[in-house]
Amino acid sequence: MQKTELTINRKKRSIEADPRTTLLDALRHHLDLTGTKKGCDHGQCGACTVLGNGRRINSCLTLACMHDGDEITTIEGLGTPDDLSPLQAAFVRHDGYQCGYCTPGQICSATAMLQEVAEGWPSNVTEDVEVAPPLSREEIAERMSGNICRCSAYPNIVKAILEAAEADQ
Amino acid sequence: MTNKFEMNDPVADLKLDRMKQGLVGSPMDRPDGKMKVSGQATYAHEWDVPGRVYGFLVRSRHPRARVTGINRDAVMQMPGILGVYDDKRLLRNPAQGMADEAPVQGTEEVFYLGQPIALVVAETFEQARHGAEALEVSYTTLDDGVFDPETANIADDDRGRKALDQGDIETAMAQAEFSLDETYRTPGHNSAAMEPHCSIAEWDGDQLTLRGSYQMLKFNRNELADSLGIDPANVRILSPYIGGGFGSKLGIAPEAVSAAIAAKDLGRPVCVTLARQQVFDMVMRRSETRQRVRLACDQSGKLTAIGHEALVSNLPGETFSEPVVQATHFLYGGATRRLGIDVARVNRMCAGSVRGPGEAVGMQALENAMDELAERAGIDPVEFRKRNIPEEHPEKGIPYSTRKLHEALDEGAKRFGWEKRSAEPAKVREGEWLIGTGMATAARVNMLQESQARVTLTAEGKAVVETDMTDIGTGTYAILTQISGDMLGLPPENVETRLGDTDFPPASGSGGSFGASSSGSAVFLACEDIRKQIAEKLQADEADLDLENGEVNAGDQTHKLSDLLNGKPMTGEGHVVPGKTGEAVSQGTYGAFFVEVAVNSTTGETRVRRMQGTFDAGRILNEKTATSQCYGGMVWGIGIALTEELMFDNRDGHIANRDLAEYHVPVNLDVPDIEVHLLKERDPWASPIQSKGIGELSICGAAAAITNAMYNATGIRFRDYPATLDKVISGMAD
Repeated sequence: MQKTELTINRKKRSIEADPRTTLLDALRHHLDLTGTKKGCDHGQCGACTVLGNGRRINSCLTLACMHDGDEITTIEGLGTPDDLSPLQAAFVRHDGYQCGYCTPGQICSATAMLQEVAEGWPSNVTEDVEVAPPLSREEIAERMSGNICRCSAYPNIVKAILEAAEADQ
Repeated sequence: MTNKFEMNDPVADLKLDRMKQGLVGSPMDRPDGKMKVSGQATYAHEWDVPGRVYGFLVRSRHPRARVTGINRDAVMQMPGILGVYDDKRLLRNPAQGMADEAPVQGTEEVFYLGQPIALVVAETFEQARHGAEALEVSYTTLDDGVFDPETANIADDDRGRKALDQGDIETAMAQAEFSLDETYRTPGHNSAAMEPHCSIAEWDGDQLTLRGSYQMLKFNRNELADSLGIDPANVRILSPYIGGGFGSKLGIAPEAVSAAIAAKDLGRPVCVTLARQQVFDMVMRRSETRQRVRLACDQSGKLTAIGHEALVSNLPGETFSEPVVQATHFLYGGATRRLGIDVARVNRMCAGSVRGPGEAVGMQALENAMDELAERAGIDPVEFRKRNIPEEHPEKGIPYSTRKLHEALDEGAKRFGWEKRSAEPAKVREGEWLIGTGMATAARVNMLQESQARVTLTAEGKAVVETDMTDIGTGTYAILTQISGDMLGLPPENVETRLGDTDFPPASGSGGSFGASSSGSAVFLACEDIRKQIAEKLQADEADLDLENGEVNAGDQTHKLSDLLNGKPMTGEGHVVPGKTGEAVSQGTYGAFFVEVAVNSTTGETRVRRMQGTFDAGRILNEKTATSQCYGGMVWGIGIALTEELMFDNRDGHIANRDLAEYHVPVNLDVPDIEVHLLKERDPWASPIQSKGIGELSICGAAAAITNAMYNATGIRFRDYPATLDKVISGMAD
């Protein structure tokens, strides 16, 4: 058993778990935070996306014990049903989901993605990497392509992110 | 008294159109949305069940074998291991949709590589997974495996399913002005719902509660009980949230039965979740198909003959065969017709329903063939289809119910800008990109299924809707809230819809696109029952009641519902049963796809640049969720046109690409902005609420529109799916 202390959604949490426990399974099995989803357990679908020290990561691809002292933000830390974050509210308004299983990962991913754009990170579709990337439909679609939605709400996911980002400016 | 209605005659009374609350049809946000976007919706794995332990399934490493033993003792020595189960009741594969009984069971004989043969249970997930990987299994291998459907011997009773031989097709082909005889191949597909299958089984004495991820609970309950050899009355299944189904969660599956067996033995709740690779191995595939399509037409472009004959496959003992020619029976005219399906028995994992079974791949080939014959006849592809819309069902001679195929083709063409198209292929170029446009018809059968619901008007004047119907992302929570809100005059926040619990009245379940119409009709009837009780209290006629915002108005009297109830809740029960309208008319849903693609002349990469879909599916219950369903189907069309393919190794039938890195479903950048247009329609033959199914229609033909556009871009006909880069490049070299 391995003891790990983390700050999750601004609260100090401590777990004693098998060292093989992924960050994803630590959240779901040990910390009662089941908003983060397991879709593939291999970093292929993005459903388990959380923020680790502010950056989006696949929580299935990293062991919990590697995050001692880290700050983790999950979907539960972004907003609640009665107090949704602007992105969460935009996903509801634009139907940016259907079954809802990939949705927490999409929203965590989008939250960090907008920060990456704000910091000027280029992407694979950025034409001019010398200037601040535009928040175009194509940029959003490229940057969100690590989050699979089999219901295929992609057109609405892009609309929701665009609206939330524009409202923020 | 239950308000029971048998659908024997058309329902011309458009009652929902007269309701004052104005919810049905509107793009209302899903009531379940806030829970989903905040991570609070409870999917199968996420129930807080104290004391639960974890199970992990062990798969066969051989495709044909007898299991002669497992080394249970060695695994039992490992830390945390609680039990190893190779019970004969374990399932070989999931039950088919609506089977209502156990599928093939047993762990001694192996029929495909990946078949579950044991379950290892431990205190933690990590321990169970380790134990399952360590379990030594001894086999006697068998050498009678058949792996390639195209070379398999086909038994007589597996030939010519759903067959029709009307007229002499050889003569019709020989005498035709224009004809086509081509063979198309589509590979296997996996539903790849984002939530892997999961069940938590918990016993209280003889009572089993299963928290699972299932689409059709009344059937699943009987399938689970039959698999375990217990009374269905002792089984309760809970599935309020399902992380996608697409057919993969229609029937009870191996994880549920194994969890129940282990939980009973251990006296503790057991949670079994499939790993993503196990979902690929042991759930359901869409069968690969080989389709021979023959079309003949006269000088004017009128079809004189249609041949559509398919080869599909399944495991020995499975009754399901991919109904490839389902829409071909009713979509186009042509007096001479030969249709049928042969089933090869192979040792590949089980084949079953995947979104749009039949039409998803059948329309793909038929609409490729129609595009090609239109070109041979020198007729615009839209016009060619319009000329072949039959007056009556070409085989049964019965009329159609409502059918706006003509309008969908015209409206879609107009919205897309079809008239600007260059009909000659490989003529439009933007740098290294070749640009093309294409279209296809959408068609899918429509069905109504038996369904029941209970609605309670509480003393406070709020409604509670209860049915064991499921919402697999389709929008059931939204539409049932809208229907009952309109019928009882309540804003959506005063309606609570409870789903996914076998303690509630049994519904149709989610499948075959019949869920919304069937469960929606049951709720409609239950509300009608309440309206009649209200009318009786007011000594008025039910038809004269106006209900809106918690008030009821009848002639000159107006009451608050809560006053009228006077502290006593009122309950209504609805029960819809399919009837004669299913046979009296041909019921289908229709539409048209228009697509623009760019194909890279150097790399062979195809990008879908624009996609337009116009659909006719009767009354639309929620414009927002219906549109989302259509996005889904059209994006699946992108996948099956360009990337999706289960790769079976014909040496042993195993799947070489059993995860989401190797089986390529569309991702965000693969998908352009899509326009969906829903035609206004009411089909009185289809259901008491004049709605039809829409969840699958938008996949049925979508892939053909894409490859037809690729032909227009490149001059290459794609008949071997998916149309991957290597096929584009080799086509360009020819």
